[in-house]
Amino acid sequence: MVKFDIQNLSIWFKEAQALKDVTMQVEAHEILSVIGPSNSGKTTFLRTLNRLNDLELSLRMQGFVYFEGKDIRTMDVELVRKKMGMVFALPLPLPLSIFDNVAYGVRMHGEHNKKKIIQAVQEALQQAYIWDEVKDRLSESAFKLSGGQQQRLCIARTLAVGPEVILFDEPCSGLDPISTAKVEETMLKLKEQYTIVLVTNNVKQAARVGDRTAFFLMGELIELEKTDKIFTSPAQARTNDYISGKFG
Amino acid sequence: MRKIKEFIFERLILFSGLASVFFVLLIFFFLLKEGLAVFKTVPIGDFLAGKNWYPISDPAQLGILPLILGSLMVTLGATIISVPIGTACAVYIAEVAPEKIKNFLKSGIELLAAIPSVVLGFIGMVTLVPWVKKIFHLPTGLTALSGSIMLAFMAMPTIVSIAEDALYSVPKSYKEGAFALGATHWQTIWRVLLPSASSGILAAVMLGIGRVIGETMAVMMITGNAARIPQSILQPVRTLTATIAAEMGEAVVGSEHYFALFAIGIVLFVFSFAINVTAELFLHKDKR
Amino acid sequence: MKRNPYRTQRIAFFFLLLATLLIVVPVGLIIVAIIQKGLPAITWEFLSDVPRRGMRSGGIFPAVVGTLYLVSGSILFALPIGVLAAIYLSEYAKQNMLTRIIKLAIVNLAGVPSVVYGLFGLALFVVFFKFGASILSGSLTLGIMILPIIITTSREALESVPYSFREVSLSLGASKWQTIRHIVLPNAIPGILTGTILGLGRAAGETAPILFTVAAFYLPRLPKSIFDQAMALPYHLYVISTQVPNVDEKIRYGTALVLLTMVLFMNLIAIIIRAKLRKRKKW
Repeated sequence: MVKFDIQNLSIWFKEAQALKDVTMQVEAHEILSVIGPSNSGKTTFLRTLNRLNDLELSLRMQGFVYFEGKDIRTMDVELVRKKMGMVFALPLPLPLSIFDNVAYGVRMHGEHNKKKIIQAVQEALQQAYIWDEVKDRLSESAFKLSGGQQQRLCIARTLAVGPEVILFDEPCSGLDPISTAKVEETMLKLKEQYTIVLVTNNVKQAARVGDRTAFFLMGELIELEKTDKIFTSPAQARTNDYISGKFG
Repeated sequence: MRKIKEFIFERLILFSGLASVFFVLLIFFFLLKEGLAVFKTVPIGDFLAGKNWYPISDPAQLGILPLILGSLMVTLGATIISVPIGTACAVYIAEVAPEKIKNFLKSGIELLAAIPSVVLGFIGMVTLVPWVKKIFHLPTGLTALSGSIMLAFMAMPTIVSIAEDALYSVPKSYKEGAFALGATHWQTIWRVLLPSASSGILAAVMLGIGRVIGETMAVMMITGNAARIPQSILQPVRTLTATIAAEMGEAVVGSEHYFALFAIGIVLFVFSFAINVTAELFLHKDKR
Repeated sequence: MKRNPYRTQRIAFFFLLLATLLIVVPVGLIIVAIIQKGLPAITWEFLSDVPRRGMRSGGIFPAVVGTLYLVSGSILFALPIGVLAAIYLSEYAKQNMLTRIIKLAIVNLAGVPSVVYGLFGLALFVVFFKFGASILSGSLTLGIMILPIIITTSREALESVPYSFREVSLSLGASKWQTIRHIVLPNAIPGILTGTILGLGRAAGETAPILFTVAAFYLPRLPKSIFDQAMALPYHLYVISTQVPNVDEKIRYGTALVLLTMVLFMNLIAIIIRAKLRKRKKW
């Protein structure tokens, strides 16, 4: 089943073109990795999917993004962002307690029943595999957690809202290898229930967790293939050069 | 339901955002409404250039030239005193003072900004005024000079803090470049920093002047309030602000005198508007 | 003779120091003098009694109360408008002509001479709205006067909340207003408080705006309603310094001390909040 159908997507910031005529699909329950050097348009692509790019006043967009057949620009923006959870490059806990961080989104979507909130928070923390580490310190400030724990808390916060897709924007760029492994493990388990788009500048990470991998270069989608294929016999020479570290 | 609430809040926010514009216009409108009425009986030329201000004689003479000159004299004196001292103080704090003393000096100057002008006026009355009288052997110490000194003092926080910001905003590389060429610290300040920060310092001076022209209580308490064309800085003068403050209490609402005081308000408003807009332009120039 | 650049520097720095001392030392002396000469006047009677014998004895209680009323009234008016205006500028305003006009208006509002505020308050509130010389008129006049202070400091506080918090909140599907209400505003509260207190201090110390809008020359009782006149501390100091002959200097200094203490105390609180805020910043 196709989750996202992206048709001829082009994006400009003022005069500079960030994405050039990208056409691709994202399947349900897959981890789609997006790789490419910096300034290749990966993050812009990701932020188009939950319409966070709407905040950029200088941005201009052409083409279409369909979510389950619906043009996301015709959907309610808050609903789009609820369905498309996002985890950012750096762990960004809100300046609240651990519990309130996760409960925040739930409350904002109109849930006031205390029991239901508590239940949602616990489930989300369990799903993000951090429940055991934080269950006794839920009222502490989220800033007291380690970087890796903070990032998994951010995943839990995203899950609590009840998304269908989770967009990861280089989620491990600030983490050490052990924390990275934990986050990746979490991602692999999450894909049973969610569709995941993972933007990463770590080629090996894409190889480890991605079902399919898309390679972006200077705003263009160069290649989109099954991960094994793209890492063993890429169709494009540029893909091979990037993966093998000739540039990037 | 939530959407409606949010819509209402966002409207409120927009209206509050516009409130400042609204209030500025409202102030100007009401000054015009009450002030322009005086020109029905007094031609505008006679009002601005008239040499006599006798609002309660019959017929009243409403020429504000002595008041304008009084304001200008006090302001000019205050500017001459405050600009070099204020700039020097800003340079000292920004460049020379050791880190520990710096914060102490800055709080001292912030403290000055916080003292109400009526308190400074009172202190001026009991200290500065007798000193001026004694030093210059005058019949009274309530003079333009006393006002200038006090106002220079009161303009310091504005001048120092804005000039200091201007000095800080000079790119570090300029300074390093000058040091690399073997210039002393002072040469660097004098030849590089001050010229580069000049438009910010100019803005500081303008805003300082704006503060001085608008100052009311302290001036009223120590300049003597004689509405004559001043011949010397050692004579009593009366400023535009002091005239309004001193006479509005007695003026009958709707009388010619009342309208004339509002017309003085228009003059002050226009002065301060021009000064603030110009200063803002200088500040913007610096940032670009 | 060749000029020695280091000697020039020493001389120049000496003059810079001299200029600085010329400002800072008098500030210190003024404060010390007021405390020294005013402190003997401060008794319980002075603070709690009405002025007597043509303000030559007795206390300053009605003036203190009047000033407290005026300050509270002005903040009640200016705080909501000021904070909402700051939210507009930091969260909603685009870079366009309108925003530039608003910013210019705020700068000008801050620069309008205080006595012109008095005129405006007289024309609009006292005469046009027929509130008369009253606490209401005075509070509104002072409120408009301190609006720029509150807007400017609140805006700085709002803008210092990291942009990423807003992105996170929005990415969770919260609306813009929810983001402001639950994330931006709570984290800007200390900064807004600082601005409010600075505004309070300013409102407490100003005389010219209340001269014709509220201040009573001599009213040895407490105001009964917001439509009543009231004495105010700064005006009272002006009156006993210039309008009433033969007032004991002790009473003048004592009044100045009480006013100064009120104003500086508020500033001190603002400074402490600001300092704590800098230390406590979590992000």
